[in-house]
Amino acid sequence: MTYRTQMAYRTVPSASMYRTKEGLGIWEHRGKVAAVGIGHSPTLRRWDARPETSIGAWSILALRRAMDDAGVTPGQVDGLVLAPDTTTGSHWPPDQPIPQDFIDAFEQTDDRFDGLSKLSAEWILKNMPELTNVRFVMVAPVCMSMTLAAAIQAVGDGHATVCLALRGWHNLGGRYFQGGANAEPTVSGPGKWGLSLAGPSSYATAMQFQRYLHKYNKTHDMMAPFIINSRRNGLLFPEGYWAQHHPEPLTTADYLKSRWIAKPANLLDNDMPIHAAAAYVITTSERAKDMKQTPVYVLGHAGAGTVNGDSHSAVAGRSVVRTLEEAEEHAASTGRKIFEAAGIKPGDLDFENMYDGFSPLHVFHIEGIGFAGIKRGEALDLFQTDISIAGPNPVSPSGGNIGGGRTRYWGHTDSIQQIQGRAGARQIRVRAEIGVSGGNMPQWSNFIVWSSTPG
Amino acid sequence: MPKQSPVPDEFDKPFWDACNGNRLVLQYCNSCERFQHPPRPRCDQCGSAETWEWKQVNGTGTIYSYAVVYDTPIACLQPDQPYNVAVIDLDEAPGINMLSHLPGTPIDDVPIGATVALMFEVTPATGQKVPEWQLVSQ
Repeated sequence: MTYRTQMAYRTVPSASMYRTKEGLGIWEHRGKVAAVGIGHSPTLRRWDARPETSIGAWSILALRRAMDDAGVTPGQVDGLVLAPDTTTGSHWPPDQPIPQDFIDAFEQTDDRFDGLSKLSAEWILKNMPELTNVRFVMVAPVCMSMTLAAAIQAVGDGHATVCLALRGWHNLGGRYFQGGANAEPTVSGPGKWGLSLAGPSSYATAMQFQRYLHKYNKTHDMMAPFIINSRRNGLLFPEGYWAQHHPEPLTTADYLKSRWIAKPANLLDNDMPIHAAAAYVITTSERAKDMKQTPVYVLGHAGAGTVNGDSHSAVAGRSVVRTLEEAEEHAASTGRKIFEAAGIKPGDLDFENMYDGFSPLHVFHIEGIGFAGIKRGEALDLFQTDISIAGPNPVSPSGGNIGGGRTRYWGHTDSIQQIQGRAGARQIRVRAEIGVSGGNMPQWSNFIVWSSTPG
Repeated sequence: MPKQSPVPDEFDKPFWDACNGNRLVLQYCNSCERFQHPPRPRCDQCGSAETWEWKQVNGTGTIYSYAVVYDTPIACLQPDQPYNVAVIDLDEAPGINMLSHLPGTPIDDVPIGATVALMFEVTPATGQKVPEWQLVSQ
């Protein structure tokens, strides 16, 4: 019996799962969906060419660990949501053959890069024969935030009861974006209007941040406590890159002398690409009662984006580059949507794990939700106070991408663990009953509000 | 600075032809009375493909913000890094911004809010001209 007749599943476009508008009211499944399991692979800076550490292999490992953590058997899983693109900038060189030992180690699909530099549900299901009951599959774009929000909505809508949400990031040799079209003497396509003149992907955020510093009379150096705090928290995350490979603290001097990429963003303001995978088990609150871990309930989810049929993409910018004002308005609108969906007020949040892939993004996001009562222009002032896990306003207790490496999922794991009381050395000292996690850009995002109770 | 030469396509050729004639034209919807850039086949606001035209602007603008690029993946710009990349708000086209290397302005000495004037620069690969801006005092 071939794979395709052995397992039949239906699929739904993830675009229909996202809440991108204001005025939708409280999320219709508030308190009825819960996270019950977490699984992480190890991390590497770059793939070491062994089949057992390929992103496919590590995705399988993360999925198995998540199921084990939740106490579900593979046969109980009936849904799978994943992001098929496992990079934004690291591509398998077109003239490089696929390693034979990788081909020999796994069941292949028609796509030779599957499991190596991208990931399909078909590849996962072919190589996880224990998942005998998956009847629903969904593909989400870009990040774990999109994947998780889609899985949560799917469970709420009844498409699946025990749903795995998976995100893998591969990282191969070399640096992002070098060579290829960027090495050509000419430029075609959208790059000719702007990116061709700038270059680094951090340019737009750095430019927005320059405007921020000008507008609110702040300095780049004021970011230091946030970066140091993020790395400190990241070092307390056993699953994170620096905890595993370079467990040295970061000092303010280290940060301030770090080389510029697109000033006012230096190397340490940019998240570092790594090779890793994570998975979560999402289920109904009813099923969650029988599982191993304390359930963490979803009060709501929302974000920024444009849904057009089956497509979910960023809110279009007005012109060549999005301005600070556009970023601030997207963040504020997302804040309103988040609180509306969850049925809570800003002051109800005990902690936040919002995106920090370029560190100024964290500034925009937490101002958008008014975390710790801050208004626009006040995040850097907040950073000069106690933002540690021991303090009254824990900022990014996960350490985020800045503290753990570029995965965009540390915040989700940490938020669930904080509420369960199993964040270990990262456990915040204040109450940890309601938190928010997600990302990534102000113009394209999904955030989840987690709670210790169904609300 | 030797930039990559933009390759015109059938749709945006009028923009690049105008640059070669030292003119800056932008897409303008007569129905919405609104400029749009980068250009697209339809007006973003009303969706019409019929109501817009290429309209010339004088290109005078204001520096909205900038960043100084020290580490670019664009190969032809690497010999010149670090370099300024400023965002220019165009006076005659509210909401429209464009990027500039601000030729003649020292690195990291970019006055946000200053007035800039349009000029054109030849790109080396194909000779295609591209818009640039300089501080008015220069």
